[in-house]
Amino acid sequence: MHIVVCAKQVPDPEAAFSMFRVDEQAKKVIPAPGLRMVMSPFDAQALEASLRVREAAGEVRITVMSLGTESARAAVKHGLAMGADDGVLLADAAFEDGDAYTTARVLAAAIGKLGDCDLVLTGRQAADWDAGIVGSGIAELLHMPVVTFAREVKIGNGTVRVERVVENGCDVIEAPLPAVVTVSNELGAARAPSLRETMRAARKPVLAWSAADLGLPPGEIGAKGARRVLERLFEPVKRGACEMVAGATPEEKGQKLAQCLLEAQLL
Amino acid sequence: MSARGILVVAELAAGRPSSVSRELLGLAQRIVEQTGGPVGAVCPGADAEAAAELVAHGADRVYTAGDTELADYDSDAWTACAAWAARAMDPNAVLAAHTTSGADLAPRLAFRLEAAAATGCLGVEVEDGTLRFTRPCYGGNARETVSFNTRLAVATVRGGCSEALPREAGRQGETVRVSLDRAALRARTVERRRESGGDVRLEEARVVVAGGRGLNGPEGFEVLGELARELNGALGASRVPCDLGWCPHSMQIGLTGKTVTPDLYIAVGISGAGHHMAGCGRARNIVAINSDPEAAIYKDARWGVVGDYRKLIPPLIAAIRELRAASAARN
Repeated sequence: MHIVVCAKQVPDPEAAFSMFRVDEQAKKVIPAPGLRMVMSPFDAQALEASLRVREAAGEVRITVMSLGTESARAAVKHGLAMGADDGVLLADAAFEDGDAYTTARVLAAAIGKLGDCDLVLTGRQAADWDAGIVGSGIAELLHMPVVTFAREVKIGNGTVRVERVVENGCDVIEAPLPAVVTVSNELGAARAPSLRETMRAARKPVLAWSAADLGLPPGEIGAKGARRVLERLFEPVKRGACEMVAGATPEEKGQKLAQCLLEAQLL
Repeated sequence: MSARGILVVAELAAGRPSSVSRELLGLAQRIVEQTGGPVGAVCPGADAEAAAELVAHGADRVYTAGDTELADYDSDAWTACAAWAARAMDPNAVLAAHTTSGADLAPRLAFRLEAAAATGCLGVEVEDGTLRFTRPCYGGNARETVSFNTRLAVATVRGGCSEALPREAGRQGETVRVSLDRAALRARTVERRRESGGDVRLEEARVVVAGGRGLNGPEGFEVLGELARELNGALGASRVPCDLGWCPHSMQIGLTGKTVTPDLYIAVGISGAGHHMAGCGRARNIVAINSDPEAAIYKDARWGVVGDYRKLIPPLIAAIRELRAASAARN
């Protein structure tokens, strides 16, 4: 059994959002000073899901794969330190400024090149663009079934059994392998790398593939292949007109707030 | 942009078009007023009655597999039906609700039809003859407006972002039968587990009382539940209490949870991070109750109260009861 986990490196989404700024001219996020780059949390949970499958099923090889700049090597290393067996780094200037479509194209090509993949896992969405497109895109490009928003992933008898989160509960879905599953936060926290695994990770193999290695024509990837046109990037407008309800005691505050709600015809 | 129209992926709730599906039909009609073309609705599980309801709410043409077994979402079947309808209609855009169903379907459909998708949109507009989609990103801290250089655009739209049209009984529309290739069905739903949930559906509640990390424990939701019951509202939460197991994940409001647009949103112990506000920022009135006077949520709120919610909520409930009793006595 071979599981490929696709993991993106993103600016730390846990960083204080008061530091968040956008350069509207350049249509780019301005990195806050000291901002860390981390593996996108949902992708870390996808890797966690793969480790749980290995713990339950035994003979499982886990490959962590990341598309990005050379700095994404740190995300691959993080995956190896969590317990993945090997890594693939897809860093090439030709990949840059792509969109969800070109990202899925490159990842699908790399998964195809690995050749023996039974299960692809990735996060429900990346913590930067929050689109949630790439996992399903990989499935469509590779003609695999896909199950999204998993809170539990189990393998058995050539199928993957997924508890899929829906609005008021979950659906239990079975799909034949090979398949793609996207993982949601309901799966639970991803483990932190142990010191021992971190030491071992340094010796684990990391393949680095370029667009040419994947046989992808430059015109179909990166900015040239993108289907999405980013027209504007901006910060949402805050209402900024909050009336603070003050009072000497909680009782007084409660009464005043109730009065405000009554006057606004909200009671 | 040529006048090829808009195709809506419609969901049913108890056999009728869901509220967000009705909103999408309204949005689609407002778009085709500018661009021309028809409004289609693909609803794999629609029977004749549901199809008539879709027409009454703005669909000119309903694509259905006519199989009520498909009323509940099935990724492979719905994607195949939507692709069939989109190929038949060749619209400018396919719009789905940003539910766990629509968010699953839209990317698959986009890739299958050599298109691209914008998920979780807050707005869809026609500008200079191009469809533009605005959506939250970077954990709700930013908004992007995108267009597509493909023939077809696919988008999921959050609830409460557009108005449904008034139901027009007797409105004329046609029904087209989709032929579904059952060989395309690979992932099987073997069980659907549903929570019994509260009395009021979160997405449709006019009042929502939501708690965050600041509740400091699951007991806080009992206090909030009393306030919600008093206001005939629903109980919600930010992501942290759900992940900590203080409340079910079905209560989660935000970027990766539900989108709510009530008249009154009472946020208790919620800091107001972008990912939460992406799910409740369109509430008409927000009340923020927080022990931290610097909490970001006050920037989005109409009224703010600083203090310990345990001490504030009981007198608030008492005051609401008193004021209501007084106003009932006057009438």
